Amino acid sequence: MREIALHIMDIIENGLDAEASLITLSIEEDDEEKILRISIKDNGRGIPDSMLEQITDPFVTTRATRRVGLGLSLFKESAKRCDGEFDICSKQGEGTMVRASFRTDHIDTPPLGDMAGSLTSLIMTHPEVDFVYTHEADGDRFEMDTRQIKKELDDVPIYHPEVMTHVARTIRKFLEGRKAGEQSS
Amino acid sequence: MAKLTIEDLKKIKDKVRKDTALRGGGSSVKITVHMGTCGIAAGAREVMDALLEQMAETDRQDIRVMNSGCMGMCSSEPNVTIEIEGQKPVVYQHMDANKMRQVFKRHVLAGEVQTEFALARG
Repeated sequence: MREIALHIMDIIENGLDAEASLITLSIEEDDEEKILRISIKDNGRGIPDSMLEQITDPFVTTRATRRVGLGLSLFKESAKRCDGEFDICSKQGEGTMVRASFRTDHIDTPPLGDMAGSLTSLIMTHPEVDFVYTHEADGDRFEMDTRQIKKELDDVPIYHPEVMTHVARTIRKFLEGRKAGEQSS
Repeated sequence: MAKLTIEDLKKIKDKVRKDTALRGGGSSVKITVHMGTCGIAAGAREVMDALLEQMAETDRQDIRVMNSGCMGMCSSEPNVTIEIEGQKPVVYQHMDANKMRQVFKRHVLAGEVQTEFALARG
């Protein structure tokens, strides 16, 4: 994957496949420690203990369309390659949490990438699921909760292109502002 | 700092309501972008971005965008399936943002199947 945002999207798809109704994504950029922390939580059906141990083995998958499962294995490898950490915990009937960290000063760390594109793709195609996205970057904070957005929109569907374009624009603006801050310091 | 404000959302709500008041509901076109790990790695998100941009430009309210997982054709990703009511579905392969724009304008809006990008029909 060329971007961390693509890994995030891929891992969230797992939660959606597991019939989650709420996805909680948090990103934390620690400039002092030079670490990027990502946590993705879902309230889907969870992973049985027997499978959890080998879940990042590419040859373990529940899918029927091909015999390799790549999402989690690629994410783990990507984090490990950058001296980061990876961790997954899950409880059947309650959900799954995937956490990964990347060293931002490591040469192999991919760029965070287009979080706005990843999130709008997910929201647009899963309007019935709720997403909470918080992003902290050196004191700056962005928060989005689709439950609040839906409440404000009333009968206008969240997947409407006007709404999605606005959400994407707002996230992009936050991420650009954060980059500008990084450069000036 | 960028923020999603209630005022902005209210404005969008009013605008959308006004725009859709004259049109009926229901969807007659379904566009599915296949977004398994393979699709995502091959560029499905960029295809989805282009699709959102095209959707924002059209007045058509009867088009629904969906996604699905890997369909086992990883080497032809990004794949997009177009289903128009009353017609056989068409699967497109090796899509990118530009091909998506073309398929949307010509196939979805004008009804001409773009055979040069198609993988299969029916």
